[in-house]
Amino acid sequence: MASIAVARRESTFWDTVWGWVTTVDHKRIGALYGITAFIFFMIGGVEATLMRMQLARPEQTLVSPDVFNQLFSMHGTTMIFLAIMPLGAAFFNIIIPLQVGARDVAFPRLNAFSYWTFLAGGLLLNSSWFLGGGLNAGWFAYSPLTGLTYNPGHGVDFWAVSLLVLGTASMAAAFNFIVTIVNMRAPGMSLTRMPVFTWMTLIVSILIVTAFPVITVALIELVFDRAFGFNFFNVFAGGDPLLWQHLFWVFGHPEVYILILPAMGIVSEVLPVFSRKPLFGYPFIIFSGIAIGVMGWMVWAHHMFTVGMGPVANTVFTLTTITIAVPTGVKIFNWVATVWGGQLTLKTPMLFSLGFIAMFIIGGLSGLMHAVSPSDAQQSDTYFIVAHIHYVLFGGAIFAIFSGIYYWFPKATGRLMNETSGKIHFWLTMIGFNLTFFPMHFVGLNGMPRRIATYSAGMGWDFWNMVETVGAFVIIAGILLFLHNFFRSLRKGEVAGNDPWDGRTLEWAIPSPPPEYNFERIPVVHSRDPFWEQKHPHPLGVPAGASQQRPGNRAQQPAVAHAAETHEVIHIPSPSYWPLITALGNAIAGYSLVYRFIPGLFIGGALTMFGLYSWYMEPTVKHENKKH
Amino acid sequence: MSQVAHAPEHPTVTGIDNRKLLMWVFLASDCLFFGSLIATYLIYFGRSVVGPYPHDILDIPVTSVSTFVLLLSSFMFVLSLAAHTRGDYKAFRVWVFCTAVLGSTFLGFQVFEFQHFVHEGLTPRTNLFGTTFFTLTGFHGAHVTIGVVWLLTLFFLSLRGKLGADKNLAVDLAGLYWHFVDIVWIVIFTVIYLTGVALGPGVGK
Amino acid sequence: MAHGNSPAAAHHSGERQHPTPATYAKIATTLVLITMLEVGIFYVQALHSVVIPIFFILSVIKFALVVMFYMHLRFDARLLAWVFVGGLVLALAVVTALIGLFHKGLLLRP
Repeated sequence: MASIAVARRESTFWDTVWGWVTTVDHKRIGALYGITAFIFFMIGGVEATLMRMQLARPEQTLVSPDVFNQLFSMHGTTMIFLAIMPLGAAFFNIIIPLQVGARDVAFPRLNAFSYWTFLAGGLLLNSSWFLGGGLNAGWFAYSPLTGLTYNPGHGVDFWAVSLLVLGTASMAAAFNFIVTIVNMRAPGMSLTRMPVFTWMTLIVSILIVTAFPVITVALIELVFDRAFGFNFFNVFAGGDPLLWQHLFWVFGHPEVYILILPAMGIVSEVLPVFSRKPLFGYPFIIFSGIAIGVMGWMVWAHHMFTVGMGPVANTVFTLTTITIAVPTGVKIFNWVATVWGGQLTLKTPMLFSLGFIAMFIIGGLSGLMHAVSPSDAQQSDTYFIVAHIHYVLFGGAIFAIFSGIYYWFPKATGRLMNETSGKIHFWLTMIGFNLTFFPMHFVGLNGMPRRIATYSAGMGWDFWNMVETVGAFVIIAGILLFLHNFFRSLRKGEVAGNDPWDGRTLEWAIPSPPPEYNFERIPVVHSRDPFWEQKHPHPLGVPAGASQQRPGNRAQQPAVAHAAETHEVIHIPSPSYWPLITALGNAIAGYSLVYRFIPGLFIGGALTMFGLYSWYMEPTVKHENKKH
Repeated sequence: MSQVAHAPEHPTVTGIDNRKLLMWVFLASDCLFFGSLIATYLIYFGRSVVGPYPHDILDIPVTSVSTFVLLLSSFMFVLSLAAHTRGDYKAFRVWVFCTAVLGSTFLGFQVFEFQHFVHEGLTPRTNLFGTTFFTLTGFHGAHVTIGVVWLLTLFFLSLRGKLGADKNLAVDLAGLYWHFVDIVWIVIFTVIYLTGVALGPGVGK
Repeated sequence: MAHGNSPAAAHHSGERQHPTPATYAKIATTLVLITMLEVGIFYVQALHSVVIPIFFILSVIKFALVVMFYMHLRFDARLLAWVFVGGLVLALAVVTALIGLFHKGLLLRP
């Protein structure tokens, strides 16, 4: 047995702060990601609520049209880049090393850099509210609306530069997770034994490192146009606004799958556990995920059916878009088959996962409707599109994220969240969500355009808009209840034990919360559900439910099988503040670029270089941290 | 540096070092970055409404020389990696320094070219050609600059005796980056200089 | 950004012997010759109608030589080749599709 002493001596308050600032532990970075992203999620929620209050009745003047423009632009950007993506990153960070049986990610300091850069980008974007106003050109910021002529303020600059910074963070994290998943799996965990969530994370990371360079180029072009008078989108010099649309959506559609594939991964973990059945059609789920990742590159122009690309392009992109429904449908059938005939335990994570399936089907079907370009001509830029995107990103991604939070909370904190509150939260969310977004289909088909600050009475939209606003407040009630439950359970929740759900994957084999080094000894994997196989050695001989491993059992069990009994030294990577310094350099460069302050660009660049150099020269593992 | 005396850690599943895999994934990702810049250039090719146009101003003989310089620098680098691998650190330093000098020479050519163009009346603000040309070649130049700094860092580390046999991978990784910058230039030279000028005016509308 | 948990020594399983300096010199000569050929073709007016395919093929050869030998992808683990070729093919596909959408006469004749 290796004896491990963990050097986490944090006596005073400032020691604790310093410990978090310099941490390179994937679980702490994951927690930072989760908390930060949830705060941004609530900021995005406030923006949405203000819009719903403005639209509750016709001809209201709660906010001015200009503020309304900023609200919907910032709401979309915030929810996509500052809430859903980093909430996914929080799960990657906390769960992936545990699921693949590793002690940390491949590059712990790069991981810290990703978080601090994400934080810098988020603050940069949101600081625009106090520095002259945010983006007001919609979350996809179409040219020429973003040109200096029509948008002389700094809102567009804040948006473009912060997305460049956030892109750096996302790409750094994605590089890290690709290497971690490919290279750091426990012995025996072949690709065909990898948990589905890990698989989806791998696919998402590949999409991030390939799609983000495209948006980076588009944003650089936009920033250069605005800051230095380049001509990329200058129509008078022959520039083509459609180039922005194409580059944006070449990135933008893979981005949609960057948002939804982690959700599909979470659901694929939760459903088998609460059905007490292995996942139905594992290879089909994996290959569908890969197919979605590949085909996500072939459909971008379906966002542009109404710009006049011509019948050939519209037909091609209609066909590819309809085809992508096939792998998505395959996944849905497999989830349904997983639940079918299972011994269901309707705990909160399961409820949210089931809710995900139902809501995502609705979103997928409305998506198929505007996949057909003539039909899209009717629906484009109406509330029907708003309904669709919210059914896939709220009913889809956010439902799955809540499912994941309830599911992995006991692993991350050692305590269970309260079930009753959780169930009420689920039903409030489910009812509130459908009240808010289902009527948008009706008003959308009735012709209500999106992005309007108000509307006249007598258009036939009054009633449903009021219903939608009421629904928004039901969702808010659910979120408040969730927050109360979360913070109460952190302190007073029922102690969870290693394996409260009778889980199947490796993370449930270790203590909750996991020790800093995760696995005392690296496990050896022999099957797809390694921990389940170990608990139930004869899966056919044991009647389902007759397991001796009941939830909450803290008894020490020999965790899976272990690598050779060696007295190995566990290297815990040393804390480092260089990632933070490097990210700070990026932030300074970012603000300088927004205000076209060239010396600041050099100062920020120099600080980044200095941080990178010091980081490069700093030993990964300091000697005093090695314990034997 | 501290990575001297620790117990061998778990080998990776694939047998590929983490850093090497990271570098290759980064290069794959950078393909998309340069791909998007080249796509922008080609989409706007022949769409400038005022001159100067590519065939008026791009100088094939001068750029051919700078292309040879960059190709030669890649050759110098493989020699330096070979020297480092066989433990001949003196030869390594000579070759890596030559690589950095050739890289700087390439950058000198680029500065000269940019200044010449500005003198001739082509800036990024002049027309679409100026905008796309300076952005694409400028970002390539930025990559070369980072590469030169990286090579010089290796040179000085080796001078201070901090680049021994255990650091062979560090040399290898810098090389992968350097050669990538070279192949991006192969594409830029062929597409923008040779093909673009050969096609002459009015093509691509 | 070279850091990580792995052993610092650079020995990778599945990696064969790198080429010798003599091979490197041969590659360098080939690269220079092809580039000279390209520049030569550039000055032959008669060939200007077919420069696109000629230059494309010649630069692909140069590209491949550098990647396979100087970046020793040919001698490294197969996975690395998949990673790089994957990114490259995707980039090529996106560039081709975008050019096709903007210059309809060039690639896509409806």
